[in-house]
Amino acid sequence: MKAIPLVAGLTLAVPAFSDAAELIVYAPDYFASDWGPGPGIEARFEERCACDLIYRTGGLLPRLLLEGERTEADVAIGFSSDLTRRARESGLFAPHGQDLSALTLPVEWTDEIFLPFNYSHAAFVYDTTRVAEVPTSFAALLDAPDDVRIVIQDPRSSVSGLALALWVQHVFDEDAEDAWAALAPKIVTVTQGWSEAYGLFTDGEADMVLSFTTSPAYHILAEDDLTKSAAIFEEGHYLLVESAAQIAGTDQPELAAEFMAFILSETFQGMIPTTNWSLPSALPEAEWPQGFQDLPLPETVLFYPEDEAEAIRDAAIDAWRRGLSN
Amino acid sequence: MASRAFQLGAVALIAGLVVGPVLAVLWRSGGITALSPADWGALRFTVWQAALSAFLSVVLAIPVARALARRSFPGRGTLVALMGAPFILPVIVAILGLLSVFGGNGLLNRVAAPLGLPRFDVYGIHGVILAHVFFNMPLAVRLILQGWLSIPSERFRLAASLDASVWRLLEAPMLRRTCPGAFAVIFVICLGTFAVALTLGGGPWATTVELAIYQAFKFDFDLGKAATLALIQLALGLSAGLLALRFAPIDGFGAGLDRAIQRWDGTSLSVRLLDTAAIALAAAFLLVPLASIALAGLPGLFQLPPQVWEATMRSLAVALGATGLTVAVALMLLNRAGETAALLGISVSGLVLGTGYFLLLQPLIRPSAVALPVTLVVNTLMALPFVLRVLRPAMEDARTDYGRLAASLGLRGWALWRVVYLPRLRRPLGFAAGLTAALSMGDLGVITLFANSEGATLPLQIYRLMSSYQMESAEAAALLLLSISLALFWVFDRGGRMHAPT
Repeated sequence: MKAIPLVAGLTLAVPAFSDAAELIVYAPDYFASDWGPGPGIEARFEERCACDLIYRTGGLLPRLLLEGERTEADVAIGFSSDLTRRARESGLFAPHGQDLSALTLPVEWTDEIFLPFNYSHAAFVYDTTRVAEVPTSFAALLDAPDDVRIVIQDPRSSVSGLALALWVQHVFDEDAEDAWAALAPKIVTVTQGWSEAYGLFTDGEADMVLSFTTSPAYHILAEDDLTKSAAIFEEGHYLLVESAAQIAGTDQPELAAEFMAFILSETFQGMIPTTNWSLPSALPEAEWPQGFQDLPLPETVLFYPEDEAEAIRDAAIDAWRRGLSN
Repeated sequence: MASRAFQLGAVALIAGLVVGPVLAVLWRSGGITALSPADWGALRFTVWQAALSAFLSVVLAIPVARALARRSFPGRGTLVALMGAPFILPVIVAILGLLSVFGGNGLLNRVAAPLGLPRFDVYGIHGVILAHVFFNMPLAVRLILQGWLSIPSERFRLAASLDASVWRLLEAPMLRRTCPGAFAVIFVICLGTFAVALTLGGGPWATTVELAIYQAFKFDFDLGKAATLALIQLALGLSAGLLALRFAPIDGFGAGLDRAIQRWDGTSLSVRLLDTAAIALAAAFLLVPLASIALAGLPGLFQLPPQVWEATMRSLAVALGATGLTVAVALMLLNRAGETAALLGISVSGLVLGTGYFLLLQPLIRPSAVALPVTLVVNTLMALPFVLRVLRPAMEDARTDYGRLAASLGLRGWALWRVVYLPRLRRPLGFAAGLTAALSMGDLGVITLFANSEGATLPLQIYRLMSSYQMESAEAAALLLLSISLALFWVFDRGGRMHAPT
């Protein structure tokens, strides 16, 4: 007679569920997928809000810009720091109203709209069994023998690829094109997105891949594989921050604000490292999982605020294109 | 048979479903945008690599199709079925498979190195063409093989009794009829390349129109530029279609008695060796990368997360739905205008198409609520050109050979289809349905604009697994996708060939 309580439970649960207020969160595909941080965050938030959090996935900014004021989103999460200006100009977002003193980012962050939830640094991840002499600076990488095989992402189609273009621009400035030309013989190929490049790397097609300082943590913690490391460069590493913003025209302003506050909570922040495989934006290092505390991280962090990133983007991509085309 | 007005309506509907969304994007953006020199460069590269890829795919397919048409050997059916495989794989999976053979650490280099041979570097224009031939040559083989099988056995008998050259009398005219269409379809597919060209091209010089559209859409949100480039794609697709159909004569071989084909030519040792070599080379070129994909997928296959199985069921439903819809629509489009309209569907960027549908539907309905129907429609649009390419020659033959007889008997409507057309179309229909099912299975699902987090299809789950470092599961899911697509293809194709010779 086990079926009866189950059926009763279902019939009771259904009306309660459909009555709950809905919080619609736009998120990138990787975030809301079953293997990203989304499902855990959803479960923990629903425990405290008595609401139904629904993710809508896909091109975050294009979708919001297409929908404009009519968007059904209440919150959007997953904006990459180099592309927030275009989002800000849309005027679709409201100030988050959170106290930013809890942030533990390596740069000062005073943005009233975009609230960071994780960060990492662009880095070349290598296979320790295949790279004997690990470059300790960008200059050393350029001088490395040409048989080191590197895969990078296209700055025109990938956020990490763009971060690399800005990184090179930051380190080499006017000599960016020459730097790319020096890298060119080592670059096996350029891929559309991060997944393709990383797949080529783990499949053995390349010795080094443009990824993040936090990537080795996945191999160490999830796979007990100690052969993947990030090369740390003296000149410093380009920072990537991802943030969330509240939609101004939301019909659930309180829930949206509650979610924004939840982003800075220990519960949320504690889930980031081992689900997003990046660093939490508001959690002291002592509270990171041990594997993350042990990661070698750069001492110097390079970063262009969004206005500068926007202004310099075309030149950085041009230097990349010209340097690699010759 | 569908009345003329009905057919025109179907053609207009298909053209509208493609052109409408592009115009919607254009309207929203406020007009076309001037192209930069880099865009023109991308356009030039796109067109010439597509032309070269299509040309080589078709030329290389001819000896293979000829060998398959006149030889029988154990495993022939399986090989022909596997010919559908590369075409339906998610791009990244196919690239990994190819690189496991041709890449820096691939089989080829591992065999060559101990022999002291120079290292083969796959990246460059030859890599782009190699990949496109890998994807499309099998399709060309199937299309051309279809042409060979359409030659009635009585014609071979006649050629033999006249001691005439089978090549000059039968095969060359058949190829003149089949090849332009196959070239056009493959040319248009290669116009839309992005990830393949970029990854195997090895650098920014391999920039295609589709990449420019992606950049305009994702980073610059320059809808005007995306729409302008999509219009150029439409124009290219349309010209390719019109040219191909113009060059392809539609005179057939006349009716036969559907007897099993017996050949008297091609029996000399050298010809037999040549055929064997063609088949062996093509099989190795296709099967080794596929085998490597299967091998990579095996370890994770039995620990696949449940979400992958759910996505599999969803993809199956989409594939079967798209197959029914595509075949039904295709039967109304079996004419020159229909085929040209259908070519438009694959010539235009899926990204622009998706955005257009989004703009058109958004005022009416919540986009995520119609994700599956939109996926179905787009999959149908994508599959139609192939289905029509497969069906039309057979339909033209049936019309020419039996049309007058049927008319004199007063056969019309359903009776005409049941008695005359469907039996003659059965083999191509099975092939076309199999191709659609497999294609829809492998499609990435329309553009993420419509997606919600729950509605993922199998290819989308593969990408999600990869973006979460889960390479092993991703490769296992790819093997699953490959197996199911092949199974679907095999079932439909077999169904069409049941009780039929070959």
